Amino acid sequence: MLSLSTAPSAIPPPQNQREAALIRRTLQGDRDAFTELVKPYERRVYAAALALLRNEADAEDIAQEAIVKAFTHLHQFRAEAKFSTWLIQITINQARMRQRKNHANLYDSLDDTHDGEEDYVPREFADWRETPPETLERKEIRALLAQALASLGEKYRSVFVLRDIEQLSIEETAKALAISVANVKTRLLRARLMLRDILAPALRDGWPGHVPFQKGEKPW
Amino acid sequence: MVVNCAEVWQQISNYLDGDLSAELRQAIENHVRGCKHCTAVLEGTRNVVRLYGDDRVIELPANFTQKWQQRLPLFIPSKGTAYGWLVAVAALAIVSGTFALGKATTSTVQALRSQHSEQAQKIPAAMMVEVAADGKTFHVPGCKFIHQSSDKVRLIAAADAMRAGYVPCVRCLREYLRR
Repeated sequence: MLSLSTAPSAIPPPQNQREAALIRRTLQGDRDAFTELVKPYERRVYAAALALLRNEADAEDIAQEAIVKAFTHLHQFRAEAKFSTWLIQITINQARMRQRKNHANLYDSLDDTHDGEEDYVPREFADWRETPPETLERKEIRALLAQALASLGEKYRSVFVLRDIEQLSIEETAKALAISVANVKTRLLRARLMLRDILAPALRDGWPGHVPFQKGEKPW
Repeated sequence: MVVNCAEVWQQISNYLDGDLSAELRQAIENHVRGCKHCTAVLEGTRNVVRLYGDDRVIELPANFTQKWQQRLPLFIPSKGTAYGWLVAVAALAIVSGTFALGKATTSTVQALRSQHSEQAQKIPAAMMVEVAADGKTFHVPGCKFIHQSSDKVRLIAAADAMRAGYVPCVRCLREYLRR
């Protein structure tokens, strides 16, 4: 049902003056202001969608929908929240609706069960020295990271993306995925360790010289 | 406090997030300093967090911005009401070429629910309007004159409302009524 509440409250004092001004301008009909508002977060919106939907086409579609929804519901945005958090939350909600529609969760459930299985033990002790962030300019490094991330099971991937890519707090991640804080921590630890296992051999010299070892194959 | 390798691995995430007691933190640092494996795991995990935290990791699909810009509705929603986008949806529907109005008004129309309003003449068939189950008129969403003794307010296309015998609200739809 439609919410037709007409609370004529002025937008409260903003945390971020610039964004508040852009929001005001958007509501006054300035579409360019909306573009300026959203542009810095496009990547994060897409990443959030990708966290929950493995399929890139779905993720793009949901990310687009979420931005359009943020536009049409912008008057409902309350400045107590950060605009970025609000936008990401919309994206996650849209993605979860899509998941339900796809019945993807029948096979790859996000629910709280089956956690705290056996502890994850690192399999790879390659000494991975610091990889300078500049290496991310290299396409193959980005591809390597994307590939490693995609290889994680959904429950690990979604937690990892929200926490380490979206930089949400543990509590925000738990809320966004409707799982417990303890579960977020368990899955986050595991996701980080698994990624390290995959990436360490490839990036140990700050260079994807060799292919990461295949699953089940121990490099030592 | 002394911790072993397995305990260090279990706490690595919390360690990196600064989510540990000072005592445990110290114990982990003491252990890691003398353990090659744990140093590798800790530094590697730190790399993971740092690299993926970089904006460049995720690449946006091509023309991402243009695509959503094209999907924005034509009208900007006004603050405090939720119907701006509905107007936009309706407008889009009209633009996309639904001109079934003529048919809608002449074919099987139920008896008008009210004689106190004029019959609809120029209302776009695809425009979304609100009706109350126990009301007689249809309204622009958000019209404050809608009959709301029940909460059975539905949003339907104007053509369907007319077919069901609803007549346009003389306030919110005045511009569509015959002068």
